[in-house]
Amino acid sequence: MYRYDVVDKTLVHERVAQFRDQTRRFLAGCLSEDEFRHLRLRNGLYIQRHAPMLRVAIPYGLLSSTQLRALGSIARRYDRGYGHFTTRQNIQYNWPKLDAVPDILAELAEVEMHAIQTSGNCIRNTTSDHLAGVTPDELEDPRPWCELIRQWSTFHPEFTYLPRKFKIAVTAAAQDRAASRVHDVGVHIVRGPDGVPGFEILAGGGLGRTPVIGQVVREFLPREHLLSYLEAVLRVYNLEGRRDNLHKARIKILVRSLGIDEFRRRVEAEWEFARASVARVDDVEIARLRSCFDPPAYRMLSNSEPAAGKSTAFRAWYRYNTTAHKAPGYRAVYISLKKPGVAPGDVTDTQMELLADLADRYSFGEIRVTHTQNLLFADVQQDQAFELWQVLDEAGLATPNIGTLTDMICCPGLDFCSLANAGSIDVAKLIHDRFDDYDYIYDLGELEIKMSGCMNACGHHHVGHIGILGVDKSGEEWYQITVGGAAGADASLGQVIGPSVAKTEVPETIARLLEVYVERRRPDERFLDTVRRLGVKPFKERVYAAPIAA
Amino acid sequence: MQRRLLRDGRIVDDDWSYVAQARGNAEAALILTWAEWQSDRETWAERPGRLGVVLLPAHNVELLVPDMSRLALIGAEFSGPSEGRGYSQARALREHWKFRGELRATGYVRRDQVFFLARCGFNSFELPDTEIEAAQAALSTFSTAYQSANDAGLALKLQPHRQDIPASA
Repeated sequence: MYRYDVVDKTLVHERVAQFRDQTRRFLAGCLSEDEFRHLRLRNGLYIQRHAPMLRVAIPYGLLSSTQLRALGSIARRYDRGYGHFTTRQNIQYNWPKLDAVPDILAELAEVEMHAIQTSGNCIRNTTSDHLAGVTPDELEDPRPWCELIRQWSTFHPEFTYLPRKFKIAVTAAAQDRAASRVHDVGVHIVRGPDGVPGFEILAGGGLGRTPVIGQVVREFLPREHLLSYLEAVLRVYNLEGRRDNLHKARIKILVRSLGIDEFRRRVEAEWEFARASVARVDDVEIARLRSCFDPPAYRMLSNSEPAAGKSTAFRAWYRYNTTAHKAPGYRAVYISLKKPGVAPGDVTDTQMELLADLADRYSFGEIRVTHTQNLLFADVQQDQAFELWQVLDEAGLATPNIGTLTDMICCPGLDFCSLANAGSIDVAKLIHDRFDDYDYIYDLGELEIKMSGCMNACGHHHVGHIGILGVDKSGEEWYQITVGGAAGADASLGQVIGPSVAKTEVPETIARLLEVYVERRRPDERFLDTVRRLGVKPFKERVYAAPIAA
Repeated sequence: MQRRLLRDGRIVDDDWSYVAQARGNAEAALILTWAEWQSDRETWAERPGRLGVVLLPAHNVELLVPDMSRLALIGAEFSGPSEGRGYSQARALREHWKFRGELRATGYVRRDQVFFLARCGFNSFELPDTEIEAAQAALSTFSTAYQSANDAGLALKLQPHRQDIPASA
């Protein structure tokens, strides 16, 4: 993975000093709440329902075991013994004390981490495919480009006070595991006319209260122009994005109001200027970054069938929680953070430390965070999968549910977030309680349930096969259900099935949707595809045909 | 008392006046609001002293390009802590339109912004007087950077990291 050089180190340490001074001035009364808000937000610090929330950046979701160990240690000493992994591949602490935050940042700096630009109206953590570098279906490893964007966007002097937050995702695979089409900018590594890889650039995607699928701004951008082109997109947005209305300030609104053709025209005009002032991506530099992501020293192995003859439990886990790998004899292994009774994405301090040790033993000391709020060991030998599973199972980290109904994406909701209208963690629990029969869950196949506690859509509900949105109805928590959303290469927005339902009615509502699916699916047809084929109507009719008993 | 100013990394007395302060002094270096400049462009342009104009955040800098040779100062106003258009205005003026005069940040300007403002090409800053020394120190908040940039107003010359084109101003 990328390791800090003297420049990276210097910057994070100077940032700690700067933020320590800003915090001191706020606590001393020299900065108003509003002034400090703008400063702390650019350092991932929210003032939340119960306590501050600190969001720590995990660039494109990649962690070393040393870093994960440090995150565990911070969780224990500064928080209540756990952290929450997010849909942006970051980690959040829900209970730090404001005056301790500079010390936390100093500890993070020691392990080459920070909270820079994890919130606020600036360029956020660049996200990517969690299977980057190991998946057979990618054109090349996107992470060197992610790292390039990380450096370019970190403390970019011009784009620190944008109209609104700005999120970039990069992917190079046929299957879009980074939800790049619902990002402000999606960067796709594609082959150009001459066969040389470059970029397709999308803009204007996003979720929130106005979900939009991104549109293509440029079909092919030669690789050396990546940063100047991004700079042109950002400059058009910075100057022309709306600043008068928080809810209309994302780039998607600008793209929509101008139309993609006019937006493209302005970007291309700006690019003429940006090309003259922004350095081309240097071959030597990109080669240097590539070398940071060289494959680890794989052993010469051949593929095997480690599940043969093993217990049903291990076979289920191996089938659902591991996936194909480029290198023969290896698998990528998901660590499910979706255990019944645990808030999706939550990990305790001791689990983090255990996972760091296991990563050292089984996966070259690296861990990845997925945007679906699970962790991943990217490089596990097939013949070691069984012993790894035994340890994970003991630690409650082997719930065999990746890609299934109970692998829900879920925001922190009303329990922690000051923006939320409704709880989401407790709804996840109700769903777990209702759907505990794994034969049934496996029979349903691939199913993505995504849940947000409010319109801000941190839980990506618009692009869930089933989406659940918490709404406030005169002080009560209600839930609006959508079907047919998808975040991948075939991205689509879910359609609302009808009036929202009470919290206790959510599991039965889902059960009824699934009944229709099971009755009418074609062989090997996913829930999503059945919805696309049949439309919303039969699902809606079934859900509202009879009242749901309390 | 004359207003103090942070300019080119030093704290100096401001040698420019706004119209209200300069009344009667035909030679004064004068800063005009956009509205003042627009109301009587010809007359202002013919007066003997140095001239400056302050842009508002929504203005396209190209509005000033025809008059750039007459202007010794261009200001960009910041309406509050979240205003960010001036950063792009500054880069366009410096890097695209090659404005070499004084580029001044006005309005809501505090120590926490000056480092990035300077990197975008601002070389002078109107600050609350109590904030000036701290803002001067804040020009060296960071000793290095990832991006090559303008750095016109920084007290030190940053080493642009890994992107080896020279600063363009």
